[in-house]
Amino acid sequence: MRKIAIYGKGGIGKSTTTQNTVAGLAEMGKKVMVVGCDPKADSTRLLLGGLAQKTVLDTLREEGEDVELEDIMKNGYGGTRCTESGGPEPGVGCAGRGIITSINMLEQLGAYDESNHLDYAFYDVLGDVVCGGFAMPIRDGKAQEIYIVVSGEMMAMYAANNICKGIVKFAEAGGVRLGGLICNSRKVDNEFEMIEQLAKRLGTQMIHFVPRDNMVQKAEINRKTVIDYDPTHPQADEYRALAKKIDENKLFVIPTPLEIDELEKLLIDFGIAN
Amino acid sequence: MSKKVENTILPDPSELKEEILAKYPKKVAKKRDKSMVVNDPEVEQEVQSNVRTIPGIITQRGCCYAGCKGVVLGPTRDIVNIVHGPIGCSFYAWLTRRNQTDPGPEGENFMMYAFSTDMQDSNVVFGGEKKLEQAIREAHELFHPHAIAIFSTCPVGLIGDDVHSVAREMKKELGINVFGFSCEGYKGVSQSAGHHIANNGIFKHVVGLDNTKKPGKYRVNLLGEYNIGGDAFELEKYFEEMGITLVSTYSGNSSIHDFENSHMVDLNMVMCHRSINYIAEMMEKKYGIPWFKVNFIGADATAKSLRKIAEYFEDAELMAKAEAIIKREMKAVKAAISEVKPKTDGKLAMMFVGGSRAHHYQELFSEMGMKSVSAGYEFAHRDDYEGRHVIPDIKIDADSRNIEELEVSPDEAMWRADLVEKKAKLVKAGLEFSDYVGMLPEMDKNALVIDDVSHWEAEKLIEFYKPDIFCAGIKEKYVIQKSGVPLKQLHSYDYGGPYAGFKGAVNFYHEIARMVSTTAWSLVTPPWKNEPALVAKMADAKY
Repeated sequence: MRKIAIYGKGGIGKSTTTQNTVAGLAEMGKKVMVVGCDPKADSTRLLLGGLAQKTVLDTLREEGEDVELEDIMKNGYGGTRCTESGGPEPGVGCAGRGIITSINMLEQLGAYDESNHLDYAFYDVLGDVVCGGFAMPIRDGKAQEIYIVVSGEMMAMYAANNICKGIVKFAEAGGVRLGGLICNSRKVDNEFEMIEQLAKRLGTQMIHFVPRDNMVQKAEINRKTVIDYDPTHPQADEYRALAKKIDENKLFVIPTPLEIDELEKLLIDFGIAN
Repeated sequence: MSKKVENTILPDPSELKEEILAKYPKKVAKKRDKSMVVNDPEVEQEVQSNVRTIPGIITQRGCCYAGCKGVVLGPTRDIVNIVHGPIGCSFYAWLTRRNQTDPGPEGENFMMYAFSTDMQDSNVVFGGEKKLEQAIREAHELFHPHAIAIFSTCPVGLIGDDVHSVAREMKKELGINVFGFSCEGYKGVSQSAGHHIANNGIFKHVVGLDNTKKPGKYRVNLLGEYNIGGDAFELEKYFEEMGITLVSTYSGNSSIHDFENSHMVDLNMVMCHRSINYIAEMMEKKYGIPWFKVNFIGADATAKSLRKIAEYFEDAELMAKAEAIIKREMKAVKAAISEVKPKTDGKLAMMFVGGSRAHHYQELFSEMGMKSVSAGYEFAHRDDYEGRHVIPDIKIDADSRNIEELEVSPDEAMWRADLVEKKAKLVKAGLEFSDYVGMLPEMDKNALVIDDVSHWEAEKLIEFYKPDIFCAGIKEKYVIQKSGVPLKQLHSYDYGGPYAGFKGAVNFYHEIARMVSTTAWSLVTPPWKNEPALVAKMADAKY
């Protein structure tokens, strides 16, 4: 089983990209589990057709320790196994600790057991790596490969670079590696070249450039992934391509994060200032 | 065998100090150097204190929560003190200091209980405020206390539970006084931060709620006396005999009702300067009540303090009563001294404890003819070593800036202009106020003063001085005793006490005479003298 964590700046489209890509993998016949690591618990909505499901932490709180895997794991599109870690309301408690508790609970309940014959486990993680809890999926023994969703906007690139710093820390201690950047296009000038260059500087690759298309939003309103909603649409092929590239990916690196002025120079050389 | 020091000056420990420092890495040695001072009472010397302990050094210190909950507010019997946090923090604050209290036949006493919110994983994740509310309601239903206090442990600060807003809500709901303390263990560099936070909280939420004037001609507070082993009970007897109304003690044998009323006094007497000077200062700023330092540890010190009180009230009759007590009690004191002196005279003591005790107890030892060769505090500040005159020069660092300093302004309706005038007059006559001289001027030349002593340093001190007794706390007790030196606990008094006042002094003389004349510790050949207690080999080179 390959364990993959998806990181990236808040609002960049991590959940959307993850679910659309997972749909691609499922279509290829892969058995995939998705673990939402965001207190908002909206990482599996498109795979489950909007089905609201009880989160691991809610269940733990209501049922106590007596939790069954079936209470917190639902089947979604193409036989995907979907679970949401959940967490507190904004401004209360500790969401990071929640993710730690939740992932430990999933392990205890055997969600990762060989008997489930999983090919992939995806962790869809909230925003930036803000504290130890949000780094849980990349700690030793959890996710081994990471993809960062990024766009040509400065703050998204800044966040990607920061996440790389977190990866370096855990890569040295554990076995986690960066698999590449996924560019979720915002139609910024020179975006393709800029992200390709950023990837090169980080020592990795831009594994795929996902063009901007309103079909994604349309499918989302209908609580579906693009592949599910309109399988013949060209955007569906983009996600299929991304799924295939991830499936065949061999380039796993410890990234080399940039200094801030290097990052800014990149923006000046390739970005809108040009 | 102790070094002979009778009628001679103490040996110069400069070489010892060098030897201790030589073992440390360069940076550590540089820092520790500033906390180790070879005393010279003739010159001003700086003792680096109230700074972070160096990681890796085994310190005696406790945490902020221990200082707030355990030390300052733990001894008050009728506040339900709820610890908001995991159960371990609560258990270890469950009245382990031997603070005694006397609720009387009708009084409430919750001190034998340990109240905790028993924070669990899910409370950390989802926030613990609701659970805290429940705990407060439950405690209120079961005990109907007059007041409930909340103490924050580390996780509370990390997840951002707002204990103060919960306190406000519950105060409204229950109609009793509810107040919280943000005394998370990680704050500050030692328990000292917790003392300050406790002082602030009590001053903000409790002092001044009840303006009743208690009967009596002279009204005083005794601040910084925690009634370990019944110390406060001894002192209460003298005040009663002299006709002095003790309005409140902070916080040995205390009740919250006394605190509410504690601004209605004519004088504040400060025992433990470190833990409680804040309240004395704030009361003077707000109400004009003067404070001075007293010390009831040691018979002479007790006599001096009683006379000082009588002097303050400028009453010949009061002075006559003080003298009568002194004369009467001194008989037993003198008899006890002549009894123990053959056993204690010329023997050596060292003490590393607290923020006042390491200074106060030197009086008792010198009354027995014993020398204090080395001493230091766990959590004191520079003023406790060097005297209050250095306060303006104390460097404020990030750790001390984190602890709130309350803005206090005069309360015009309650302002005691009469006391301000009295103080001014007495200052002219030579009586000292707001006056702590600190440890250094009262120790002998060459005494080695060490702040926040480490185990390594303690070992070397024992090797050098071969003391007859070592005073510290439970964490040090057995380590020290393994080197053949008896250890007297000055936090909990082991199983003894009281040691305050005249009767307390007599108790102490006998206890110390017993301890320094036993040869039990040095007669034992510990097993590790003949064979190693632990066998280990070096780890692989790659580690």
